[in-house]
Amino acid sequence: MKREVAITGLGAVSPLGVGARTLHERWTAGQSGIQDGEGAASEFEPTEFLTKKEVRRADRFTQFALVASDEALREAGWEGEKPYPAERIGCIIGTGIGGIGTLTHNHQVLLEEGAKKVSPLAIPLMMGNAGAGAVSMRHGLRGPSYATLSACAAGAHSIGDSVRLIEHGDADAVVTGGSEAALVPLARAAFAALDALSDTGISRPFDVRRDGFVMGEGAAVLVLEDAEQARARGANILGYVRGYGASSDAYHLTAPEKDGGGAIEAMRSALADAGLQPEDIVYVNAHGTSTPLNDRAETQAIKTVLGDHAHEIPVSSTKSAIGHLLGAAGSVEAVATLLALRDRIAPPTLGHEEPEEGLDLDYVPGKARPLEIDGKRAIAMSNAFGFGGHNAVLLLEAA
Amino acid sequence: MATAVTPEAVEKVVFDALPQFGADPSDITREATFEDLDVDSLDLAELSQIIEDEFGVQLKGDDVGKIKTVGDAIDLVVSRAG
Repeated sequence: MKREVAITGLGAVSPLGVGARTLHERWTAGQSGIQDGEGAASEFEPTEFLTKKEVRRADRFTQFALVASDEALREAGWEGEKPYPAERIGCIIGTGIGGIGTLTHNHQVLLEEGAKKVSPLAIPLMMGNAGAGAVSMRHGLRGPSYATLSACAAGAHSIGDSVRLIEHGDADAVVTGGSEAALVPLARAAFAALDALSDTGISRPFDVRRDGFVMGEGAAVLVLEDAEQARARGANILGYVRGYGASSDAYHLTAPEKDGGGAIEAMRSALADAGLQPEDIVYVNAHGTSTPLNDRAETQAIKTVLGDHAHEIPVSSTKSAIGHLLGAAGSVEAVATLLALRDRIAPPTLGHEEPEEGLDLDYVPGKARPLEIDGKRAIAMSNAFGFGGHNAVLLLEAA
Repeated sequence: MATAVTPEAVEKVVFDALPQFGADPSDITREATFEDLDVDSLDLAELSQIIEDEFGVQLKGDDVGKIKTVGDAIDLVVSRAG
C-alpha cells in the first residue's frame, strides 16, 4: 500500500501579499493583486526576512522561495530541530524560467562593460535549480533535491514528484513548491510577441472578453510528510495530497488541443492515482489563464473527465486575482485551493461577467460563496498546464 | 589607468569592498579571517574581480585558496604587482 502524504505547512509570497493566509483571505474577499496589468509581489521587501548577504546571494525568485519556505516550516513546527533525519527530507522547487532578472542584468553588463565585469554570482543565481539549492541549504535538507522545470506546470510537478518520493520511501518529508520572478522587460516582450499577454491588462478567465494572461510573480512552498509519521509526532495536519497525474500533449509547443488533449489524461490519472471517482471532487481550481485557447480547452477537458458532475461544482481561477505566476502557479494555487477547502469556501473568478457560448460551468463569478460539500470529503482538483504541452493535476483534501 | 598598488591603497579597496558581502565593518581588520567575516569562495571571486578592476592585478584560483586573513589578501595583491 502507498504511504499517505500529509500537508503540514504552507507558505506563499504573491501579488496579494506575503503569507499563505494573506493570499487566501484577500482572494476570497475579492481583492485583486493586479495593478497596471501586472501581478507584482509589491508588498515583498526581501530585507524584512533575509540578511543583506542572503539577499545578495539570491535572485528574486529564490528570495520568494526562501521566505515562503520559512513560513511553511514554521507552520509545520519545524523550527529548530527537524522531525526527520536531514537525509530523509527532500526539497523540490519548480520554476518556469529561473533567475531571468539576474540573466538579463548580467547580459547588459557584458554588453556595456565587458566580459570581465560579469558577476561570479551570475550562474549560481540564475540557474533554475537555485531556489531548490538555497531552500535545501537554508534548512539543512539533505535528501533528494532538484528543480522541476515545466513552464507553467512546474509548481504542480514539483508537488507531484515530492509525493512520489514519500510514497516510494526515498524521503519521509519533502519541502516543495514553485517560484517565479519574471517581471523583466525581456519576458514581457517575449510573451507579448507570442500574443499570450492580455492587451487590456485584465485577467478574466472564462469571460468572453478575455484576451490573454497577465504576468505575475511569487512563490509557494508546502511541507509534505509521510502521514503516519506526521501523526505520530503530533503534527497539525492541514490536508493531504490524494492524487497526482501528469501527461503531455505532444501536440504543439504553446497551444493546447481544442478538445482538452493531454489535460484529460492528467486529470484521469490523478483520479485513478487517488482511487477516486469524478463525483468525489467538490471543487476545481482551474489553470484558467484567461487566454482564449486555454480556458476553452480546459473547460472541455473538465467536462470530459467529470461528465455531468462538472456542472454541479464550482470551478474558479486564482489567476483572476493574481495573474499567471508561471512556474509558481501550480504551487500557489495548490495552497489557495487547500485553504479554500479548509474554510469551505468556493473562491471567485474575479472579473467574470460575460459568459461565452460553451463555457458554461459554474465559474463562481465575481464573489466567493460557501462551498457546499453535502457531507462529502473536501477534495478538490488543482490543474496546471505548461508551454511544451506539460500537464500536472493534483487532488487535494482538507483534513 | 589602474590605481598604483600600495599596501594602503589595496587595504582601502579591500576594506571598502568587504561590507557589501555582509561583513560587519567594525570586524574588518588585517588580522580578521575571511571565515570569521563569513566571506566565502564566491565572495572572494567577487573581491578578485574588484581588485583586478582597480589595480589590474589578476588573482588565480590557487592564490585565493591559500589566503586566510584579510591581510593575506592585501599582501598577495601587493606582491603580485611587484
